[in-house]
Amino acid sequence: MSALLRVEGLSKRFGGLLAVRDVTLEVQEGGIVALIGPNGAGKTTSFAAIAGFVRPDAGRVSFAGTDVTGWATPRIAALGMVRTFQITQPFAGLTVAENIRVGAFLHTASPARAMEQARAIGTTLGLASFLERPAAALTVAGRKRLELARALATRPRLLLLDEVMAGLNPSEVDEIVALLRTIVSSGVAVLMIEHLMQAVAALASHVYVLSEGALIAQGPPAAIARDPAVVEAYLGHGAAATLANA
Amino acid sequence: MISRIVAIALAALALVPFALPSQSLVSLAFLAVVAALLGTGWNIAGGFGGLTSFGHAIFFGVGAYATALLQARHGLSPWLGLPVGAMLGGLIGWLIGVAAFRAGLRGSYFALVTLAFAEAFRVIANSLDYTGGGLGILIPLRPGLSSFQFADRRTSYALALALLAVALAVSAWLRRSRFGARLAAVRESEDAARALGIEPLHVKAAALALSGAITATGGVLYTQTYLYIDPTIAFGPERSVEMLLVAMVGGAGTVLGPLLGALVLQGITEGSRALSTTPGVAPMLYGLVLLAVVGLLPGGIVRLLRGRAA
Repeated sequence: MSALLRVEGLSKRFGGLLAVRDVTLEVQEGGIVALIGPNGAGKTTSFAAIAGFVRPDAGRVSFAGTDVTGWATPRIAALGMVRTFQITQPFAGLTVAENIRVGAFLHTASPARAMEQARAIGTTLGLASFLERPAAALTVAGRKRLELARALATRPRLLLLDEVMAGLNPSEVDEIVALLRTIVSSGVAVLMIEHLMQAVAALASHVYVLSEGALIAQGPPAAIARDPAVVEAYLGHGAAATLANA
Repeated sequence: MISRIVAIALAALALVPFALPSQSLVSLAFLAVVAALLGTGWNIAGGFGGLTSFGHAIFFGVGAYATALLQARHGLSPWLGLPVGAMLGGLIGWLIGVAAFRAGLRGSYFALVTLAFAEAFRVIANSLDYTGGGLGILIPLRPGLSSFQFADRRTSYALALALLAVALAVSAWLRRSRFGARLAAVRESEDAARALGIEPLHVKAAALALSGAITATGGVLYTQTYLYIDPTIAFGPERSVEMLLVAMVGGAGTVLGPLLGALVLQGITEGSRALSTTPGVAPMLYGLVLLAVVGLLPGGIVRLLRGRAA
């Protein structure tokens, strides 16, 4: 079975800093894959390069059998790969429903149909009572849901989620985990950047670990959590040995 | 709701000339409606799109000169001025938009560039023989329907009102259409818009084109009413400022804002003139009232109406 998203040898340099180095990864149709790593590892830059926000210096990104390397973001989104932002970017002056409707307009020009879809998706994501409120009035958890709703309204085949759990309390995390399960079961594939191992372990079937711009490990979540290279990337050199002796 | 308010407002304005006893009062009402038309044009880019332009006189002037040149230089019917002026306004808006937005200009940098373009147009109009140089263009007086000149101000007023109705209809369409939603999205966050499949450059350039076309119709109407245009009237900074004031005082990014702003500002102008004939006092009063309005109603007068209309 061919991958929905295939990234090969992706590199991105900012001046003297090689932020992303030769990253290769895959997401299968309907799969849920996590990209983890310490702060500054290059996760968000990888996302930006995959989704067309920055042009990679080397490597290939192919999505649904099409080479989309260097494509502009809107074209990539139209093809079905849509990202969310770690720092949420609501259209603050619009209502929640209007925010989601912007996404729905990708596939319909009819304002009524777009609004209908927006309300349905907003309701699914637990935003029913906020639909007519200004997006600026939402809490952090609400904004994360709105990011998700807006992206879903474009009817994506692959969602790139940049830390949708960050800043949420444990019960909110549980709710988002459940929501993501529903989303994936409807056939949407997910590539998520996530710090929260609890969420990664609950959702992802495959995990890639990035450190200092390069992939250092990959595999199922349980194996990744025991990988000495991963432990050292998070806790520092020699940490794995220290923990083993303790 | 909003279209009903607009319809009522337009119907009320349509009755104004019959209630006014003199042609000079009708002239004032005409100026207010033209100001509303220009402000509504500005508002499409500056309000709905957040593309604050300080040089919208470009489009007013292009419309004004288009109709003047068609008659004075080419002997063509002035009725061509309306479509030609609107098309040129749209084209120039689109070109300036593509150039400025491709260069990544926004906010005050975009405002300055539009100001510079308006000044460039003024200098060009000032120096070409074709445009009559600094003397401008005088259109021979030939009242009649075929020459698009009306002895009765009421006819000009009716025409201005019709153009305003079109401009307001476009604004109302922006509030509910896909294009309007995309324009608002781009105004609020270009990155988020891009992630949802919207190309901000296209949306912004199209908005500036639409705004330019509507503003240009105001210029055409101005020339056909006063039968004279010169570089400063057409492209001067006062013209640009008037448009953005009308929209901002009334409520930028709302359908009714520019109309309200035009009525109130025209009222303040005439009121301050009536209160004092001493030179300099009227502009001071105007400035004070303006300060009060902007200070007390930062969202514009339209906020007083509350509810969905805002």
